[in-house]
Amino acid sequence: MSVLVFVEGLNGEIKKSSLEAASYGSQVAQAMGTTATAVAIGDVHEEALAKLGEQGISKVLYDADDRLKQFVADAYVKVIAKAAQQENAKVLVFSNSNIGAAVGSKLAVRLNGSLATNVTELPKIEGGSFTVRRGVFSGKAFADVNLSSDVKIIAVKKNSTDIISNGGGTATVEKLSADLAEADFAAAPKETVMQDTDGGVLLPEAEIVVSGGRGLKGPENWHLIEELARELGAATACSKPVSDIGWRPHHEHVGQTGITVSPNLYIAVGISGAIQHLAGVNSSKVIVVINKDPEAPFFKAADYGIVGDALEVVPKLIEAAKALDK
Amino acid sequence: MKILVCISNVPDTTSKINFTGDNKEFDKNGVQFVINPWDEYALTRAIELKEAKGGSVTVLNVGEADAEPNIRKALAIGADDAIRVNAHPKDAYFVAQQITAVAKEGGYDMILMGKESIDYNGFQVHNMVGEMLGIPSVTPAFKLDMVDDSTARLEREIEGGKEVVEVKLPFVASAQQPMCEPRIPNMRGIMTARTKPLKVVEPVGGEAKSEYVNYSKPEKKSGVKMIDADNAGELIKLLRNEAKVL
Ligand SMILES: Cc1cc2nc3c(=O)[nH]c(=O)nc-3n(C[C@H](O)[C@H](O)[C@H](O)COP(=O)(O)OP(=O)(O)OC[C@H]3O[C@@H](n4cnc5c(N)ncnc54)[C@H](O)[C@@H]3O)c2cc1C
Ligand SMILES: Cc1cc2nc3c(=O)[nH]c(=O)nc-3n(C[C@H](O)[C@H](O)[C@H](O)COP(=O)(O)OP(=O)(O)OC[C@H]3O[C@@H](n4cnc5c(N)ncnc54)[C@H](O)[C@@H]3O)c2cc1C
Repeated sequence: MSVLVFVEGLNGEIKKSSLEAASYGSQVAQAMGTTATAVAIGDVHEEALAKLGEQGISKVLYDADDRLKQFVADAYVKVIAKAAQQENAKVLVFSNSNIGAAVGSKLAVRLNGSLATNVTELPKIEGGSFTVRRGVFSGKAFADVNLSSDVKIIAVKKNSTDIISNGGGTATVEKLSADLAEADFAAAPKETVMQDTDGGVLLPEAEIVVSGGRGLKGPENWHLIEELARELGAATACSKPVSDIGWRPHHEHVGQTGITVSPNLYIAVGISGAIQHLAGVNSSKVIVVINKDPEAPFFKAADYGIVGDALEVVPKLIEAAKALDK
Repeated sequence: MKILVCISNVPDTTSKINFTGDNKEFDKNGVQFVINPWDEYALTRAIELKEAKGGSVTVLNVGEADAEPNIRKALAIGADDAIRVNAHPKDAYFVAQQITAVAKEGGYDMILMGKESIDYNGFQVHNMVGEMLGIPSVTPAFKLDMVDDSTARLEREIEGGKEVVEVKLPFVASAQQPMCEPRIPNMRGIMTARTKPLKVVEPVGGEAKSEYVNYSKPEKKSGVKMIDADNAGELIKLLRNEAKVL
């Protein structure tokens, strides 16, 4: 019996959300008195894999098949299923990313397991029961869910688990080959286009997010948002109307019908704080609101607030951020 | 082209969420239910494809009779007929099994869903159904077009980018914006929806694999600390020294 963690790579490195999943998995393994193995695919260096020892992973199975550098659900599922069988894995841990949740859902069917996505806390394991807490109602509540099948599959919400580093242990890296056939690549992408983040930070992974709403008046003022983000090492985001009118690209739209973020710090500039917007950001640890209207509903959900004109306040923040020693 | 669109019946986005029975059940009292917003993208795109290529659009809900007003709404928006699997949807696995059974029976070319339900936030039913049927599932997609009669071209979002995928029919996909501009029902649609067929079928056995045992709400914020606009730079210092997030 063991715990198996799926780790995703990007440009040779392991994604932050996967380091969180690895930390989660090794803590589950410890609670169950077993070890945690990681399975990695595609675009990641072996040195990066060995370093997963810091997150408590003892062994990494790595399938270096070049065809797996891009995401192909069926092939990924086959590789992970093989690893699960080889390790006799009873708990499988993923990041709740578009890739992690997709392969996790498919594996739940294939391995006849219980699946919980959007999981925010370590499980409670008592006697025969295994209960996880997951976010429901778009950030407005949590649910405790009992996973009853023999195999349990967990997709961990980003930025809800601390990354542990137990001081430099290394994991052994072993090759894994799942004998993939042509048919496993039938739905392979024709093309993968990565956003040019201009050296910036990816929104779903970001620890700090600077977000702008209609209060910024127009795209010509967005350099303020971008500059503040750059100084803070943050990703940029926006409200729905802002992406609807085309001031910003759609992938930046956060909220109930956009993406959900849960950074350590969310700075909302000129956003009113409609309930649908809050649904996408309300699990952020610290929320800052800058709005010229003292009655803006967002202040009720904020930790820090400034009432003022964004066009005057943000330059002051940029100046103060520049003065910070980094 | 036969398209199946799966719709989930969810609390309106502005709903206050409360629980009853010792926090063991969601309190539906006073809550307005709507079609899951993402499912509206799937539905509208299905109708657009039907208008362009011919065929039919069937909507499917796994749920109890209280979902029927929203099933009728989907018919009013432009679906041709509807199926309701008469069951309390216990969990995503159960729902996926019901959708799979209906899909097998109907022989659809395309099964469209929303990206995620806004109540249980699972982001899972589409991939489960794809796996159960042994056909590709492309999720979440923000673009869907037909290349020819048997091939669709989709663009799906991945963290930090997008993928362009071409798949043969049949397949499963889940929709998110900006796939299309969701339609709202017009008067004529509402009139004709009343007479469109809504078939109620019983569930195929099917087990749940998870049990919801308790609900809770996030801790309330302790209140907002206001900083004077003239002294805005002070905020950055507080974020570093007090909140310790910089
Ligand atoms: C089904 C549904 C789903 C939705 N999903 C989402 C979603 O996912 N995400 C989302 O964001 N919205 C969503 N919405 C829309 C949401 O209800 C709000 O309309 C939207 O969030 C408002 O965006 P905003 O705050 O940028 O604009 P506004 O509501 O116009 O607010 C602008 C704010 O800027 C302030 N302001 C103006 N000038 C200045 C200035 N110079 N300096 C500082 N502040 C200024 C104003 O006081 C105001 O508070 C959804 C709505 C529906 C019905
Ligand atoms: C404890 C509990 C109580 C529930 N009570 C109710 C209830 O009283 N009434 C009710 O209607 N639902 C109820 N649900 C069901 C819930 O709305 C979902 O159908 C199911 O849990 C899947 O949710 P998900 O977030 O995993 O879906 P996701 O995987 O996020 O959904 C993705 C897509 O799958 C499709 N889909 C999801 N659910 C359905 C469905 N039921 N029918 C058709 N298509 C669907 C939609 O297109 C959706 O956009 C309950 C669920 C639980 C766990």
